[in-house]
Amino acid sequence: MFESLQDRFGSLFRNIAGRGKISETNVRDAMKEVRTALLEADVHFDVVNQFVSDVTKRSVGTEVLSSVEPGQQMIKIVYDELVRLLGGDDEDEEAIAEGGEVKPAAPKIMLVDPPPTILMMCGLQGSGKTTTCGKLALYLKGKGKNPLLAAADLQRPAAIDQLHTLGEQTGVAVYSERDNKNPVQVCRNAVEYAKKNGRDVVILDTAGRLHIDQALMAELKAINIQVKPHQIFLVVDSMVGQDAVNSAKAFNEQLELDGVILTKFDSDTRGGAALSVKTVTGKPIKFIGVGEKLDALEEFHPERIAQRMLGMGDILTLVEKAQAEFDEKKAAKLQEKMGKGNFSLDDFLDQMKSVRKMGPLKQIMGLLPGIGSALKNLEMPEEELNKTEAIIQSMTMKEREKPEEMDGSRRRRVARGSGVKPEDVAHLIKGFMAARDMAKKMSGLSMGARVKMAQSMGQFDMTKLAPGGGLGSRRLSPGVGTRPSRHGPGRLWPWREGRVLEEWRKVRGSVAGVRRESHGSVTEV
Amino acid sequence: MAFGFIKKAFSKTAGAVQASVDKLKSGLAKTRNVFVGGLRSLLRGRKLDQELLNELEQRLITSDLGVKATAKIMEDLNVAWKAGNISSGDEVLDFLKAEMKAYWPPEARELRFAATGPTVILVSGINGAGKTTSIAKLAFYLKSLDKSVMVAACDTFRAAAVQQLSVWAERIDVQIVKHQMGSDPAAVAYDACDAAVNRNIDVLIVDTAGRLHTQDNLMRELTKIRRVIDKRIPGAPHEVLLVLDATIGQNAIRQAEEFLKAVQVTGIFLAKLDGTAKGGIVVAIRHQLNLPVKFVGLGEKPEDLSPFEPDEFVEALFAEDDPAE
Repeated sequence: MFESLQDRFGSLFRNIAGRGKISETNVRDAMKEVRTALLEADVHFDVVNQFVSDVTKRSVGTEVLSSVEPGQQMIKIVYDELVRLLGGDDEDEEAIAEGGEVKPAAPKIMLVDPPPTILMMCGLQGSGKTTTCGKLALYLKGKGKNPLLAAADLQRPAAIDQLHTLGEQTGVAVYSERDNKNPVQVCRNAVEYAKKNGRDVVILDTAGRLHIDQALMAELKAINIQVKPHQIFLVVDSMVGQDAVNSAKAFNEQLELDGVILTKFDSDTRGGAALSVKTVTGKPIKFIGVGEKLDALEEFHPERIAQRMLGMGDILTLVEKAQAEFDEKKAAKLQEKMGKGNFSLDDFLDQMKSVRKMGPLKQIMGLLPGIGSALKNLEMPEEELNKTEAIIQSMTMKEREKPEEMDGSRRRRVARGSGVKPEDVAHLIKGFMAARDMAKKMSGLSMGARVKMAQSMGQFDMTKLAPGGGLGSRRLSPGVGTRPSRHGPGRLWPWREGRVLEEWRKVRGSVAGVRRESHGSVTEV
Repeated sequence: MAFGFIKKAFSKTAGAVQASVDKLKSGLAKTRNVFVGGLRSLLRGRKLDQELLNELEQRLITSDLGVKATAKIMEDLNVAWKAGNISSGDEVLDFLKAEMKAYWPPEARELRFAATGPTVILVSGINGAGKTTSIAKLAFYLKSLDKSVMVAACDTFRAAAVQQLSVWAERIDVQIVKHQMGSDPAAVAYDACDAAVNRNIDVLIVDTAGRLHTQDNLMRELTKIRRVIDKRIPGAPHEVLLVLDATIGQNAIRQAEEFLKAVQVTGIFLAKLDGTAKGGIVVAIRHQLNLPVKFVGLGEKPEDLSPFEPDEFVEALFAEDDPAE
């Protein structure tokens, strides 16, 4: 995700940072490249020009030119401006205050009292409305709500069946009328049904349509007037081009949207729609769809996406994902075990499964600072992990405790049981032993010392990958990252301090363990 | 909306106007009005200078031509301008038309049919590109050419995808091979190939589940489907069409590159061209990929399909403004 933007911003910062003193010309030349990158990313033309002129103005003002570390200042400015484009101005958005505390964002969906809250979904054909309805229903269910899906797409063949299937998969009731050709009526009846049956949120799945299709737009307006949805969401494909962003504007003009949901965010979208939608429509992005599975819907947070765009990773999302899967007590026990060096293959299997539950490895690793761009051409060894799981599962509990005691005959048995070669078993055991030793050694060290240790082993150098240093780097003095933002003085690298780092430390051990194993090369971050 | 214009265009180009050309024109009516309508009012009666060039560049980029194609056009224009070959906005219009037409060398845009036995067309694309609707159109089109058509429902993943294709198969009256939802798509393709051979079908169209080009495992699944088809019917698939959504931006190029790698795409079906005011993505595709656009989709009905003809496309883009609009 965003690799090309990351590359371009990275080279911009390197260019600037490499100079002791920079001139206005340096900035302007560098921004020309950024402009091209943004246009190639399908960021709306007007938005690009505004962005480039804002960044240039601030940079050639006193901020960067007179700074002792122009590169860092430049990152800060670009980051601020990206956050602004993504909607960070919203009162409701999460903000990072002094000391790294995160002010949580307001709920993405406002519920009304008395229920039901009516949500209407609309958008172009193929943007992903129906799937998003299913994801949203599951999301609401997870928040303790009792939603109802209403099938108001009476155009596309089998759209009703699709919604019913999603209803079954999510365990959410679906209201449909197969013989009714009037979507306004269907929506009205669905709301009545919800009231009678104690459903507190109704999600209206409307047919895909072009914003220039007068007849179909009139139909949406009729639903809007007669059914009075409390919130209207526009579903937009995150890969849309220059022109299609205008369709969002047209939808907004005709329907007064409340927010936008960007789909297919797990593609290699370069962020064009994400960066343009807020400026073009004035409406915030509420959610992003990040995968085919129904739980692949994330709340949208401008600061986090801006960090991903700059290759800074997205630790907050990673921590949230981890928190959903990890048991805190278990993690503490595990850390203790690791420190003592009696971490077993069984614990490892357990951890590996938890990590894999968080999502595809590539997606998880993309959230780590500095890793995104390195991942670009790397294929994640999901199959290797399957193999590893199979090997461990073919071992007895005792073997999992003390794999070092396995002789050739045991290794052959396990290899036969898991369908691999005896060498693979030996390799896993060897790797595991090394990792266990390392964990023991590292658990006594400070963060900085760990990074040093990892780097001295000639592996991943995070400080080179991330613009301005990755998580572990202490190259920056703490003062440099300070940014005078609208949120008051805060830290540009929030996870360096405070809560986030704490959280990160908690999950770090297990994540690193798996990565070490799966790659045989990656180590501590 | 664009109705008056179509009629007019019809009488203007009296004679050799085919239904398909008409279709393309009506689908592009919006494109033409915004793209060229704007270009005309921008260029007409003006002297060519740097300011005009800047405005033109913006117009081309916002039309989804892409940075690269735009840069190329602007560079050529600059050269011609410096050489004194063009000096007015009106000449720029003619220059653009000629330049764009030159983008499409003669290439095979016809569907490739098997010499003997069934012709297999594998249809791929990302989620929501418009595969199933495009297949319905393709089946309808082939039927109008007196071919017997069968469709294979290999999208066993997305909820109700099989039903969606079944509804279309019934509406346009073609045979369908399908399995349960969630079954192995390659197995469906296998059975469909056998069925097509046994029943002497002319064209078998294989629908596949939408997949993002970034999902390696899903792309490999597609490769497997292709391999299975090739095994059952040697030399097949004869065509591998990639369905691209015309409203998608420059990411379309990336999609094409990845699908090309996975299944050796032979041509592009550009869906939803009626949904963009600016058909610039066609130019971007031509500029950056060595892949012919074979068909364009221009609406929701089965007959809303047109074989792609670049000259007509460019002519349509640059047709006279409709004063009625």
